Amino acid sequence: MVTNPTGSFDLENVSVAYGSETAVAGVSMHIVPQSVTALIGPSGCGKSTLLRCLNRMNDELGNVKVEGSIRFDGLDIMDNRLLDPVDLRRRVGQVFQKPNPFPMSIYDNVAYGPKTHGTRAKAELDAVVEQALKRAALWNEVKDQLKKHAFELSGGQQQRLCIARALATMPEVLLMDEPASALDPISSQQIEDTIAELKKSVTIVIVTHNMQQAARISDRTAFMLRESMDRPAGLIEIGDTRVMFTNPGDKRTESYITGRFG
Amino acid sequence: MSRSSRARKAEALAKTLLGMAALLALSAALGFIGYIFYRGAGYVDWAFLTQAPRKFMTEGGIYPVIVGTVYLTVWTALFALPVGIMAGIYLSEYAPRTVTTRIMRLAIANMAGVPSIVYGLFGVALFVIQMGFNRSIVAGALTLACMTLPVIITSTEEALRQIPTDLRHASLALGATKLRTIRKVILPVAGPGIITGSILGLSRAAGETAPILFTAVAFFAPIASGPLDETMALPYHLYIMATQSTKPAPNMVWGTAFVLVAGISMLNVVVAIWRSAQRRKIRW
Repeated sequence: MVTNPTGSFDLENVSVAYGSETAVAGVSMHIVPQSVTALIGPSGCGKSTLLRCLNRMNDELGNVKVEGSIRFDGLDIMDNRLLDPVDLRRRVGQVFQKPNPFPMSIYDNVAYGPKTHGTRAKAELDAVVEQALKRAALWNEVKDQLKKHAFELSGGQQQRLCIARALATMPEVLLMDEPASALDPISSQQIEDTIAELKKSVTIVIVTHNMQQAARISDRTAFMLRESMDRPAGLIEIGDTRVMFTNPGDKRTESYITGRFG
Repeated sequence: MSRSSRARKAEALAKTLLGMAALLALSAALGFIGYIFYRGAGYVDWAFLTQAPRKFMTEGGIYPVIVGTVYLTVWTALFALPVGIMAGIYLSEYAPRTVTTRIMRLAIANMAGVPSIVYGLFGVALFVIQMGFNRSIVAGALTLACMTLPVIITSTEEALRQIPTDLRHASLALGATKLRTIRKVILPVAGPGIITGSILGLSRAAGETAPILFTAVAFFAPIASGPLDETMALPYHLYIMATQSTKPAPNMVWGTAFVLVAGISMLNVVVAIWRSAQRRKIRW
């Protein structure tokens, strides 16, 4: 379908500082388009911070400074003249840890993004909403009740609604910050199935603290670690998931994966 | 006595004491409203509400006085609501967390504590004399607006703070601007709380005497034909009837107090009902 896959990231020497404290430093990695990249590591290792660099959501936290080079399909995303955060975020969607649907109907939740970016025609919106809900594997459960309030859905359904909402702007990349950690095992499984389906058409970068999950769903895995409190966190290694989990290149990765810390 | 039975006794004692305090507060409020009702309600009839005062306020009704308070309150709302709500939105959603904005917040909090008579003096100096509005509805409303602004700003900020950050981030992450996020996601949820808090602030202003004492009111004035006229107003009317009148007319006084309290209570009840209806609609 897509001859020239888009949705790649190239990070070079990226560091993030909160105020005067550098949280993450010296991260360089390539994110392969239309694959799943898992960011793993113990809490406080900067996985979510690094994830937020990719759609510039760190900008919204105030007093956060990102340095280094981040290229999205070759475009420097730190340069507003090349790529405005509004355009970047249309192309790089995010799903949060806790389901956070808007307090409005299922339909309006999914239509919010397209409307934001200028889609007005009812027929067009209807089609986009249907397609997004289908891709998020929620359509069959809600197709007869699109006017229903989003808060009436179960937690797992709400999270799939949030995935549909992010997909509705047709992003090339989907960032997921522990999207299943607040859900029960069955809902969690449904999210994983959805991810497996989605990676055929979008690049997925997922933060997870669940190593089985990372091993199950990802193609590539990046291991991050903050070795001491007076040094910033960094990337230890990134590679093919099967290799990372069977034959990691770094001793620290091995210790983490075999459960010796974290 | 065992430890647990002592703890149980302390618990029972605390419950009784706290309950009594609540009861005392409740009976003070009910007693206050009940007494005004008892003294004033009997005197309030259609004629009292629709006629002008006669014979130096000892007879007739308070129609122009009611109209005066409505005018003052509406003009106060026109001045204070847009500025107050927009300032609250700025402080909550846009202002960087710097020393300057912290000083701004502190100043606003302090403004809420300034005695109303001081606002009255300030109003005379700035609006009546300096800006040349003379004694008028505009001058009085501007003074009341200054007094009400901190309440509106604070309740706006408070209502916005109730909205989880996650919701803002969800919208921003979809590529929405801050303005769109506020208009489409934040305000529909926070709006009823903002309006409720603001109306409560305005209802407080409607009952104030000191700020309008030198800026807007007259002992006797016909219904204002425009915002630059002086006016009568319920709280001031009450004040002069209770202190300045040569022939005391207690029925007039209590009747006026009843109308003022009933009017403000009705406004608050209507707003409370509206708010809970909005909550149900948004299901927040």
